[in-house]
Amino acid sequence: MNELAPKKFKASDYKSQLKPVWCPGCGDYHVLLAVTQALTKLQLKPENVAVISGIGCSSRIPAYTNSYGFHTVHGRGLAVATGVKVARPDLTVIAAGGDGDGFSIGGNHFLHASRRNTDMTYIVMDNEVYGMTKGQPSPTTDPSWDSALSPGGTGLSPFHPLVIALASGANFIARTFSGDVRGTATIIADAIKHPGFSFIQILSPCVTFRPDEKVWKEQVHKAVVSETDDPARAARRLMSDDGFNTGVLYRGVRKPYRHSCGEEQGDITEIQQQFEV
Amino acid sequence: MTDDTQNASQGASVSLALVGSGGAGVMTSGNMMLEAATKAGLYGLMTRTVGPQIRGGEAAALLRLASQPVHNVNDIFDILVAVDWKGAERFAAEVPLGPDSLIITDPAAGDVPEILAATGARIVEVPLAELAASVEGGRENMVILGLVAGLIGLTEDPIYKIIDKKLKKKGEAAVTASRATVHAGFRAAEDVTSPVKLAPAEEEGKDRWLISGNQATGFGALRGGIRFVAAYPITPATEVLEWMSPNLPKVGGTLVQAEDELASINMAIGASFGGRPSLTATSGPGLSLMMEGIGLAVASETPVMVVNVMRGGPSTGIPTKSEQTDLNIAVYGLHGDAPHIVTAPTSVEDCVFTAQWTVHLTEAMQTVSILLSDQFMGQASAVIDPPANISFMAQRLVENEPTEEYRRYAVTASGISPMALPGTPGGQYTADGLEHNPKGLPSTMMEDHRDQLDKRDRKVAGFDYGDHWADIDGDEDSELVVLTWGSTTNAVREGINRLRAEGIRCKLVAMRLLSPAVPKLFDAALQGAKRILVVEQSHSQQFYKLLRANYDMPGETRSFHRAGPLIIRPGEIVDTLKSWRVQ
Repeated sequence: MNELAPKKFKASDYKSQLKPVWCPGCGDYHVLLAVTQALTKLQLKPENVAVISGIGCSSRIPAYTNSYGFHTVHGRGLAVATGVKVARPDLTVIAAGGDGDGFSIGGNHFLHASRRNTDMTYIVMDNEVYGMTKGQPSPTTDPSWDSALSPGGTGLSPFHPLVIALASGANFIARTFSGDVRGTATIIADAIKHPGFSFIQILSPCVTFRPDEKVWKEQVHKAVVSETDDPARAARRLMSDDGFNTGVLYRGVRKPYRHSCGEEQGDITEIQQQFEV
Repeated sequence: MTDDTQNASQGASVSLALVGSGGAGVMTSGNMMLEAATKAGLYGLMTRTVGPQIRGGEAAALLRLASQPVHNVNDIFDILVAVDWKGAERFAAEVPLGPDSLIITDPAAGDVPEILAATGARIVEVPLAELAASVEGGRENMVILGLVAGLIGLTEDPIYKIIDKKLKKKGEAAVTASRATVHAGFRAAEDVTSPVKLAPAEEEGKDRWLISGNQATGFGALRGGIRFVAAYPITPATEVLEWMSPNLPKVGGTLVQAEDELASINMAIGASFGGRPSLTATSGPGLSLMMEGIGLAVASETPVMVVNVMRGGPSTGIPTKSEQTDLNIAVYGLHGDAPHIVTAPTSVEDCVFTAQWTVHLTEAMQTVSILLSDQFMGQASAVIDPPANISFMAQRLVENEPTEEYRRYAVTASGISPMALPGTPGGQYTADGLEHNPKGLPSTMMEDHRDQLDKRDRKVAGFDYGDHWADIDGDEDSELVVLTWGSTTNAVREGINRLRAEGIRCKLVAMRLLSPAVPKLFDAALQGAKRILVVEQSHSQQFYKLLRANYDMPGETRSFHRAGPLIIRPGEIVDTLKSWRVQ
C-alpha cells in the first residue's frame, strides 16, 4: 500500500469521465461507487492504484476509475494483476471481474492467486450470469435456470467461490451486496489494507438477464457471527451459509507472497563468471 | 567425405558418441571430456540424445572437439563407445558411422546391434566392466572417459583436475577411485589404434566460456535488461527458466512460477505494464496456449518477449528432440492483424547476442517478440570465445511528465508512443485489448481501428534493424546462395566452406529476423543470385513458404528440408549443391 497523500482526495477524484456501458439499474454502478469511496477512505494517490480486469460487463470497471488500469482478456485479469504487483510492489493492485470470467475461464488463476497470496484485492461482481454475451449460465447459476444455451437449466451444482478461495489459501474472504454501497466500501478498504490475497464476492444483480435477482436486496443479511481467523471454523460457516450472509467471513494470518522485484543491484559481469572456464 | 575437406573447412575435428542407458553416467563422462578439452585450449560442442524416460532408457552424449570453434555436428562419428546397448537402435540413425569409424564395445554387453555393425565400422572389444571392477568403487563411465581421451590424444592431467573439482563433494575415496579408473581407461587406449587424433590447441590459456544454448539465451536476455520472468516448466525450455531464476535477483529482478502458460504470458504482460522488461519461455504447446495473451500484448502495446525452444511437433510430439517447426505459429499464430517480431539465434553462442538484441527490439517498439531457439542448440553445451559485450540495453520510450494532452496511444510518425508507467501522476490510462482511440478508450470506429493498425504496423515495419537481420557469409557476388535460419545455419556454413575450399563460389544468408519481412535488406543480400537453396528442419517447408510469401526470389529456388530429429549435416549440403551444379 502506498503512503498517505497530503492532498485530500474526494470520491470524484477516483472516477473517470467515461460513461459506463452498463444497463440502467445494473449493480455494477454501485460497485464502482463503493470502489471510489474505499479509495477515498484510504486517501491513496490515484496514480498509485492499478485496477486490472478480465472481460465481461463488470470487467469494464478499470476505465471508469481514474487510476492506471488494464482491461485484459477473458479470465486472465488475476494473472496480469499478479505480474503488476510482483513487478511493482509499491502499487495498490485491485483485480476485478465477473463470475464467468473469474470462476469459469479464469478458474485456475483464481485457485492459484488464492494459493500464492500476493498482496492484492480481488473483487468479483457476481450476477450469476454471462451478461455481455446476453444471458448464459455461469458457474454460480442455479441448476434449473433456463436459457437458450442450456434449455431447462444446466443441472449442475453451483460453484462455491468462498469455500474454494478458503481451501486454496486466500487470506481474506468477504461477501457484500452491491446495493449496500457504504458497507461494500468499508469492506473493500479493509481488504486493501489486509496483507495478502483478499477476495470479495459482491452480489451485483443483473437487471436485464436476471430480473429475478431484484429480490436479493430483501435476502441479504449481515453475518451474525464474529470474524474468524480459523480456517476450520470459516469452512464450516461458509459450507452451511445461505449465500446471502454478508461481512468479513475469514481474515487469515498467512504471510503474503514474498518474491518481489527489488532495486537494481549487482553487476552482470559477476554473473557471467559462472561460464568462464 | 575425406579428412582433407574437413581440414579445409574447419580444421581437424573429432566426433565422439558415448553410449549407455540412462544412469550409466555417459553424460557425466561427456561433460568432463568437454571441460578437459576446454582446459587443453580446445573448442567443443556436446549434444545429447535421450529417450523419454526420466531415469533409464537409451542415452548418448555426442561430442565434437576441435582446435577451432565448433557450432554443429559433423557427418560421421569417428568413435562410438558403448557401456551397454540397451535401446541403442532407437537413436542409431542420429549417430551415423562409416568404414573409418571405430566402435568400442564390452564383450560382456553382447553383440553390437546389427544396424551399427552394418556400417562397416571397425569393432574393437574392450572389457569396460572388468576394467571398472579392477578399481574399488570404479565406474564404467570413468573408464570410457580415460579410454576415449587417450584415443584422441588428450592428456591425463586436465581430466584429473576436472575430477578433483567435480567430485570433491563426494569425498576423497570417490576422487581416488575415479582417477584410478580413468587411468585404467588411458592404459586400455594404448592397445587400440585410433582413427583420429586431435590437432593441438592453437592458443592455450585463452579465456573461454562453457555454456548451453538455454543458458546463453537467459544470459543474453538478462544482459538486455529483462528483470521479470514468469515460468511454467516445459521441455526443452525449462533450463532457460532454471538459469534465470537464481540469477535475476542478483540484478534486482525476479521469477514467478505460474500455474500454466496462460498465466505466465499474462503475468509477464502485467509486469511489463508496471515498467519491468519481462519475458517468459516455453515450447510449442505452451506457445499455442500463450497466443491469446500475445495478441493482448500487441493490441495494448505492452512489450513482452517470449522465448520458444522448438521441439518435434505437433502436440506433445518429440519433446526431447529438435525441429524448426514452430515458425508458422510464431509468425502467423495470432488472431487479427497483429504485427510483431520473430527472431532466431543461429548457434549456441549467438543465443547471447540474439536474446539481447531481441530484448532491445521488444522494448524499443513496445511490442511482442518471439525468439525461436530449438532443442538442438538449447540443450547443447558449447565451448565458446567470450561473447562481445554489445551495448543494447532495454530502452522504452516513457512519459515521465504527462500533461493534459497526454495520449497513451498517440498516433506518431514512428508508430511508437510514449508510455506512462503506473505511479506517474497525470498519466493514468487503461491499457486495453479492445480496439481503442489514442486516449486508450474503447472504440469500434473504423478510423480508430485503421489508425491504430497502421501505427502498430508502422513501428515494426519501419524500424531500422541494421545488419543484424541476417548473418551473411561466403562469396559476396556469388550466383549460388543458401538461405537458412536457426540451428541449421552452421551445418550449412560448414558445407559451403567445404565447397569454397574446392573453388566453388557460394554465399550463406542465415536470417535472424523472421518477422516482419524486410524486402529491401533481403533484395540487397540476394542481388545477383541465380540459384537459391533453402535449408530447414521442417517436413512441410515452413521457412521456404514464408520466403515465398514475403519475398521475390531471384532465379531458381530449391528446398532442402527434413523433419527432426535427424540433424542436417554439412555433407548433405555439399552433396545437394554439387548435384545441382552438375545438372
